[in-house]
Amino acid sequence: MTGSTGTSSSAGTKRIVALSAGLSQPSSTRLLADRLTEAAVGDLGERGVETEVTVIELRDLAHDITNNLVTGFPSTKLQEAIDALTGADGLIAVTPIFTASYSGLFKSFFDVVDNTALTGLPVLIAATGGTPRHSLALDHALRPLFSYLRAPVLPTSVFAAAEDWGSGSADDGFPTLPDRIHRAAGELAAAVAASTRSGQERDPFALATGFSPGGAGGSAVGGFGAQ
Amino acid sequence: MQFGIFTVGDVTTDPTNNTTPTENERIKAILTIAQKAEEVGLDVFALGEHHNEPFVPSSPTTMLGYVAAKTEKLLLSTATTLITTNDPVKIAEDYAMLQHLADGRVDLMMGRGNTGPVYPWFGKDIRQGIPLAIENYALLRRLWDEKVVDWEGQFRTPLQGFTSTPRPLDDVAPFVWHGSIRSPEIAEQAAYYGDGFFANHIFWPKEHFQRLIAFYRQRFEHYGHGAADQAFVGLGGQVFMAKNSQDAVKQFRPYFDNAPVYGHGPSLEDFTEQTPLTVGSPQQVIDRTLTFRETFGDYQRQLFLMDHAGLPLKAVLEQLDMLGELVVPVLRKELDAKRPAHVPDGPTHASEIERMASRRVAKAVQDAEAQSSVAAEAARVGQGA
Repeated sequence: MTGSTGTSSSAGTKRIVALSAGLSQPSSTRLLADRLTEAAVGDLGERGVETEVTVIELRDLAHDITNNLVTGFPSTKLQEAIDALTGADGLIAVTPIFTASYSGLFKSFFDVVDNTALTGLPVLIAATGGTPRHSLALDHALRPLFSYLRAPVLPTSVFAAAEDWGSGSADDGFPTLPDRIHRAAGELAAAVAASTRSGQERDPFALATGFSPGGAGGSAVGGFGAQ
Repeated sequence: MQFGIFTVGDVTTDPTNNTTPTENERIKAILTIAQKAEEVGLDVFALGEHHNEPFVPSSPTTMLGYVAAKTEKLLLSTATTLITTNDPVKIAEDYAMLQHLADGRVDLMMGRGNTGPVYPWFGKDIRQGIPLAIENYALLRRLWDEKVVDWEGQFRTPLQGFTSTPRPLDDVAPFVWHGSIRSPEIAEQAAYYGDGFFANHIFWPKEHFQRLIAFYRQRFEHYGHGAADQAFVGLGGQVFMAKNSQDAVKQFRPYFDNAPVYGHGPSLEDFTEQTPLTVGSPQQVIDRTLTFRETFGDYQRQLFLMDHAGLPLKAVLEQLDMLGELVVPVLRKELDAKRPAHVPDGPTHASEIERMASRRVAKAVQDAEAQSSVAAEAARVGQGA
């Protein structure tokens, strides 16, 4: 994990993960993630909410993600990234659009995350692409992916085409990239402020309700031949 | 402390010369390896069970029966027995039979199996993996522990007045380990019955298994089978040795790089750092294995995976010579010396006879106490009236 800009965590501090699947360096995908993060942190600050941001650059985890796909277990570095997501109050997920969808690396990362790890996590989805013609990939690809993971996706998604980086303020009445960033960040900030995910205790050994180790005939208390 | 080897029985092409053993050659090689285990002074040989290529051991008790006849002291075990897709009645009978053939040198490790299609091939549903493991094992226990069983469950035709034959040797069932790499339900099940828990931690980082084993130990104590440090823990391991560690790395690398499961993934260096795989000198294997005790506490059984990824039989036998001659005697001495007196040694038929006897005595005492408190209560109520 790189670029962690965390302040010291305390009770009430909300955790935001900014995830970028950009591959080039510097990357416009990372740039968009940073702009969204900055706007969300600013909005939360105005609400009097302290935040701690963890940045996940998937490029740095590319080998670890592939190894996890092959071996079935994450490296320590990848586990740290997964843990950050699992305990977050909000996720800013930004991918370049490749071949009509999220990048393969972006999908591979979510393929190795447990399918319950993101339950209830508010997600701001965003993407970058060469032209605005790819913008609906956010709604036909990213939105269902997070819906499957039971992570609520905020209504506003942000797509930045190359030309958007040269757009000015909305003098012609149409919202521009900064406007969309501002609106999306506001939605995320409201959801993060209400989130209690980072404060929840997670028990990896929680057994399903009604689970009885001795089966239907067994007693859950006292054990087999307990003394 | 028990030391041994376990095999999954894969038929894999040797990447250094592109040759693949026939099924017959591989089956015979596994039997040779098992006998070699006894010859070099190991305690346990555990055989996998698979019903899909490239694995050959589909019929473990046939192979273990052969090994039983060819060995004197070796404990025969499984890694693992599919408790989900096998009929528990057949497991009860097959392994009680093996107990008789081997004069008690038998135990088992239960596993769920991780190959999706095997479930439907045996008429089962993989989504029911845990409930199958729970119900089938509950029945298996009753078939071994009670002579006449009336039973009805969700997954199998009911039984009325059924006696599985032969009865377990000396009326004591084989010791059972439960293997799992991530399910707390299985650790809970092992703890509930006072059975062993085997963590084949060869593919995962140790922190994960440290938590899983601590959980099993704590639950073992909760269920009243003894203190947490008296629970029965077995661990996997994987090694490749040469006198000189650089030679070990050089010789093993092509097998590692092309191995089923983890080949074409992480580098040998990353994998040895993240998992218990040790490739190096016998001394490095000793040092690494001794850290297991520091991580997981005193434990009862250490099994090594030695014969996979296409390693030729000759190389495996050389590895076993080194393991038996240079590694295990040192580990045995060190670990036995460090194990406190109240922590049990590896389970055997003899120790199980003793453990089951004391369990029966304790149960009788408990029942008598319950009886007398009922009687006292009745007397008190009687006086009051």
